[in-house]
Amino acid sequence: MEDQLIYLGLATFFGLFMAWGIGANDVANAMATSIGSGALTVRKALVVAAIFEFGGAVLAGGEVTSTIRRGIVDSSYVVGDPQLLIHGMLAALLAAGVWLLFASRRGWPVSTTHSIIGSIVGFAVVALGVEAVEWVQVVTIVASWVASPLMAGIIAYIVFNSIQWLILIRPDPLVRAQRYAPVYIFITISLIALVTILKGLTHVGLELTFAQSCTIALGFGAVVAIIGAWFVRRIPVDKKAERKFHFATVERVFALLMVITACSMAFAHGSNDVANAIGPVAAVISVARSGVVGQASPVPIWILVLGGFGLVLGLGTFGRHVIATVGGRITNLTPTRGFSAELAAAFTIVFASGTGMPVSTTHTLVGAVLGVGMARGITAINLGVVGRIFVSWIVTIPAGAALAIVFFYALQLAFG
Amino acid sequence: MGNYISRIFGASPVRPLQDHMQTCYLCAKELVAFFGHVAKADWDQAQSSRERIVELEQEADDMKRQIRGQLPKSLLMPVPRQDLLELLLVQDRIANLARDVSGLVLGRRMSIPPPIQQEFLAFVSRNVDAAKKARKSIRELDELYESGFRGAEAELVESLVNELDEIEDETDVMQARIRAQIFAIEADLPPVDVIFLYRVLELTGHVGDMAERVGRRLELLLSH
Repeated sequence: MEDQLIYLGLATFFGLFMAWGIGANDVANAMATSIGSGALTVRKALVVAAIFEFGGAVLAGGEVTSTIRRGIVDSSYVVGDPQLLIHGMLAALLAAGVWLLFASRRGWPVSTTHSIIGSIVGFAVVALGVEAVEWVQVVTIVASWVASPLMAGIIAYIVFNSIQWLILIRPDPLVRAQRYAPVYIFITISLIALVTILKGLTHVGLELTFAQSCTIALGFGAVVAIIGAWFVRRIPVDKKAERKFHFATVERVFALLMVITACSMAFAHGSNDVANAIGPVAAVISVARSGVVGQASPVPIWILVLGGFGLVLGLGTFGRHVIATVGGRITNLTPTRGFSAELAAAFTIVFASGTGMPVSTTHTLVGAVLGVGMARGITAINLGVVGRIFVSWIVTIPAGAALAIVFFYALQLAFG
Repeated sequence: MGNYISRIFGASPVRPLQDHMQTCYLCAKELVAFFGHVAKADWDQAQSSRERIVELEQEADDMKRQIRGQLPKSLLMPVPRQDLLELLLVQDRIANLARDVSGLVLGRRMSIPPPIQQEFLAFVSRNVDAAKKARKSIRELDELYESGFRGAEAELVESLVNELDEIEDETDVMQARIRAQIFAIEADLPPVDVIFLYRVLELTGHVGDMAERVGRRLELLLSH
């Protein structure tokens, strides 16, 4: 293919642009709860996000990237003309990027995931026909968009209730917080590590048995829990703050735990959302390089690295500003609540990443926050805004699809 | 688009409710100074005391309106919105009563008959004590939200409300005693003054009643 280099260049450029946009905008949503509850400063959040977004993208981003690369379009329909797939994927990337840019300027709550899936489905239906779309897969993905906020909400409800029963309603909440904090750390780390090791690491080239994976995950959880316990014991009791608010020190314990869930959130976001930028890139590159469609090689790791790099770049250039704005506005989310929500959301997203489901980080987090709200944890939640956020994905899909179709024909014209 | 997740968190009504209670308490507290000046027939001082009361009452009114405005129906809250609004209303009544009673006394340049003066001043400050205890209970509101209105914190509030009830019972006893004293001397006083004296006694006693109702409302929040 004579246009191979141009396609490679365009795909890389569009993918980086998209990853940059996700880093600049979406990461703020993932990190906002940490900053809003005072668990992290903006500077620390940036460092945490950069490290763990990158880690999540590279270590656990493979499954979702595979889904977007070749799970939605049935490649047998483009065997004769691989260029169609290349143009389509480029158009989808561009459409999702442009739509996100437009929507974010207007302050609309849109999901990166929903727009990229909408775009790919849109181009596939128009360019290749309705039967070229893997509808079973698409329906599964859409079902996961309903399931993920629900699952996060239920987990958050359970986690927050456990914090209430074990700690907050007791006469000695601080002693109990110190006792149970390492347990919560252990559970969080072990679960996320387990899912990552079981599902994600094959893309890095590690093959482990189930027993090995469990041992490593539990061991990792235990080590972090011991370190965490040491830090928890070092939290001083602030008598002055306690007089004003009896749970001041308990909340400080959970602020520490939130550092861990914030890392998990960044990791989870990186593992799921990196695919939105580089899934199409991976598709374009594998076709453009080999000229063949549909070979089953794993996603090359350098593409995941590229995506991770793009995320961090966006975070570094615009993330600071956005994170500060978002975090500053969340005032009534205390660390016990933030911890419950983030733990639930991070676990759900990592689980989705492991099973290759592209879910919306924001929707999952909103679901988790609602779960805490249902457990009577949050003083006031704007149900109107929640409704708008959930309705937005219905709008996002046709918008992404329409734009993708336009760009697809433009590319077809340009490359004859 | 980064900022919409923050918009799902509505403004918390807890601090504003606590601030409102504080203002209402300060308003009621000024009654002690006010009646002190009235007892000495120092009308200039009573006048400035009354102005402070009016000022605080207006402040409380503004706060009340603002809190109402930030509690739209679409909020998901741990306690029913209606219960919070009613708590707010009861708190506000304390300030209203302070305004009404001071206005009445100052407007008519009423004097407290010397035989009941001491007991009456004690009655005023006991009512203000009730308001103070109500404020103390409301100060636990943030802790109640934190612990989900259950457990040790709920018990603490329960005991505060009980103390509040005891103070209110005391004011009832005092009120009955003062009423009897007024009755004993009422034949020697101008009849119109007597009527208003009973009225002032009653209004002042309502301060304690309202403080008790703040406690009742708080208990209602616990029972959800």
